Amino acid sequence: MKNNSTNPFYLIPYYLWIVLFVISPIALVVYYSFFDISGNLTFDNYKNFFSSVYLRLTLSSFWYAFLITLISLLVAYPTAYWLTKTKNKQLWLLLIIIPSWINLLLKAYAFIGIFGLYGPANNLIASIGSERLQILFTDFSFIFVAVYIFIPFMVLPIFNSLDRINPALIDASRDLGASSWTTFRRVIFPLAINGVKAGIQVVFIPALSLFVITRLIAGNKVITLGTAIEQQFLVTQNWGMGSTIAVFLILFMIIIMMVTGEKGGTVNGKIK
Amino acid sequence: MEKLSKMGRVYLAIVFLILYAPIFYLIFYSFNSGGTMSSFEGFTLEHYAAVFNDTRLIIIVLNTVIVALLSALISTAIGVLGAIGIVFIRNRKMRNAVLSLNTILIVSPDVIIGASFLILFTMVGVKLGFASVLISHIAFSIPIVVIMVLPKLMEMSDSLIDAATDLGASKRDILTRVILPYIKPGIFAGFFLALTYSLDDFAVTFFVTGNGFATLSVEIYSMARAGITLTINALSALIFLVTLGLVLGYYFFSNRARMTIRPPGGGN
Repeated sequence: MKNNSTNPFYLIPYYLWIVLFVISPIALVVYYSFFDISGNLTFDNYKNFFSSVYLRLTLSSFWYAFLITLISLLVAYPTAYWLTKTKNKQLWLLLIIIPSWINLLLKAYAFIGIFGLYGPANNLIASIGSERLQILFTDFSFIFVAVYIFIPFMVLPIFNSLDRINPALIDASRDLGASSWTTFRRVIFPLAINGVKAGIQVVFIPALSLFVITRLIAGNKVITLGTAIEQQFLVTQNWGMGSTIAVFLILFMIIIMMVTGEKGGTVNGKIK
Repeated sequence: MEKLSKMGRVYLAIVFLILYAPIFYLIFYSFNSGGTMSSFEGFTLEHYAAVFNDTRLIIIVLNTVIVALLSALISTAIGVLGAIGIVFIRNRKMRNAVLSLNTILIVSPDVIIGASFLILFTMVGVKLGFASVLISHIAFSIPIVVIMVLPKLMEMSDSLIDAATDLGASKRDILTRVILPYIKPGIFAGFFLALTYSLDDFAVTFFVTGNGFATLSVEIYSMARAGITLTINALSALIFLVTLGLVLGYYFFSNRARMTIRPPGGGN
């Protein structure tokens, strides 16, 4: 592949794409963040962002994302672990992944029915003699549905890193007298830590920017950074403030990716 | 390797139950003549009939499919050429820089892509509607195609191209008769993935679609916000079947391309 000194014309569309749809959108978001709703150049959006309203919103968004990520991890880790022990593990893994291909809106819609006042969840509650509860539009329903959606994305990287562990290492640990818990704590867990990090990365960032579930399931009670951006852009039409929040969301994203390491190493799709 | 314990089996069964219950719950009630998702009264196909009789809905489905096919085709073309270009970059730093730029759209949240594209289209003066949706879908699919094609290109031995050159092949021949056939499985996998991403997308489309144009996701969103209609259930059963077909198609090609399993975008 040497005879390629010149910049061939066939690359023009690709580089054009980079300039037009990768670089300029980010530049435009940063640019817009310096304008207020009537188009004046200002730092007010940034000042506003550090006011109590937006700080509280950011904190609560982080808190929800943290809970969602933690619960997903707690559910997904044993799932991934036991999946590696199944006979046809690739098939079972595929079965875990398939629900993630179903349109998110349909899954959210299903939960509108399930958590409804006369839905199956409430039927279950009523059958044990309790009062029907308002499940929909609560923090619980929001976190439950979000965890439901993110589980496959968390299982996959953890499964991959668990599956790569050399079984001889586990045998060695056993032979040296370690209990299964010790083996897990001192051998398996450290060896699969990259999968956990990747899983956290692919769940935490999208969890910060969710807005469909907040609208449909949480009934505007939960506001995440994503919901705030959507609101500023499409409802309030205050693009400047929306862009400012977006700038911070991008910054948070970069920080999280740096903390969890493996830059873009997980490239397993747009789980946004 | 130790075998799966009983506890493990029960745990996995519960996880699978929770993952699939909502999907089958939706499909089950699509046959309900009662009109709600809480009490099943009788079997009916009327909701399916409603889907097929709703001209507006059919047009929306057609829009969605056209956008998906066109965007997948165009992004595959651009992405494949881009990937070949990336492989030819000799300078390591330069190549890494391009690769990082490539991943930006894959990792950034939909809301940000949607919002920034909205600004872009408004500034440039693209009318919101079919064109803006199609362009956005092409834009977010290109990096996915690149990612799917790159590994195949990387594993291709340089000597294949040297041999072709020695045998007197022109650059064009090398591309069409050596490189493209070799990376074909990657191209198909990329195409399928682009197709599913486009069909699946809601958030980006939601930002850049104007009033007159809707894709299926956007339509479902507005229907779902209005409340429960079993038409959505019938629609989701049909979508489930199509999705399953696409997933199987994708795995067929990606297994031939020997690539790792990856989930699509699910997110908001």
